[in-house]
Amino acid sequence: MTSMKRRIFLKGSLATGAVGIAVSTGLLTPRVSLAAWSKAAFEAKDVNGAVSALFNTSDMASSDKISIKAPDIAENGAVVPVSVTTSIDGVSSISLLADKNATPLTAEFTLGPGTEGYVSTRIKMGKTANVIAVVKAGDKLYSAQKEVKVTIGGCGG
Amino acid sequence: MASIKMRAKITDGVTTIKALVSHPMDTGLMKDKKTGETIPAHFIQEVVCKHKDTTVMTANWGAAISKNPYLSFKFAGAAAGDTVSLSWADNKGEKDSAEVTIK
Repeated sequence: MTSMKRRIFLKGSLATGAVGIAVSTGLLTPRVSLAAWSKAAFEAKDVNGAVSALFNTSDMASSDKISIKAPDIAENGAVVPVSVTTSIDGVSSISLLADKNATPLTAEFTLGPGTEGYVSTRIKMGKTANVIAVVKAGDKLYSAQKEVKVTIGGCGG
Repeated sequence: MASIKMRAKITDGVTTIKALVSHPMDTGLMKDKKTGETIPAHFIQEVVCKHKDTTVMTANWGAAISKNPYLSFKFAGAAAGDTVSLSWADNKGEKDSAEVTIK
């Protein structure tokens, strides 16, 4: 009797162990984790629409504590390297928008408490436009922008 | 499916992550040059980076991130030898993840 119980117990613990490993390595990332992806924000046709869909407000204070590093002239709009650095305290989110793209919002980064106000990535731009960085710190939104001239657009067509 | 190339380097207590993912990142607007048919949208929607059990960064991406995306960011609170993991999921439900040791 006791040996039977032990067998069942072992089986059970092995099974849960395997699932646990799969979850922790990201093989079985729960579908729920995509809930944060805001369809409305990414499909919004203008900057204010995208920002309000993300944060429920489009009140942004322009800030000189945000610096955007991007080329003045991008020869190829399909690959525009952009880095955003901010010295604002308590940054919880950094978003990148290109205001002349059909859907301006390109990316939204949610930062953990120990994460510094810095992100770097490469975006596509349809034509010459302002790259806008929106930084959320506390309950406030701050923004900065930089014009990038694009010689060849990178959004298809 | 090793789609992620990632490096994690620590200097003065701040870990810098640099990652490259191989992914087509199709916007859904491009047309196939030969057939003239629209290539359906296929892009990464979410990237999650974890150190131990804490999520240090979650990125929600649209189709306007360049093909074969590059991503870099910094965070504090890790030590050399710790592992960080990065995983992504796209709009077709495909996903991948990778783990590296902080150097």
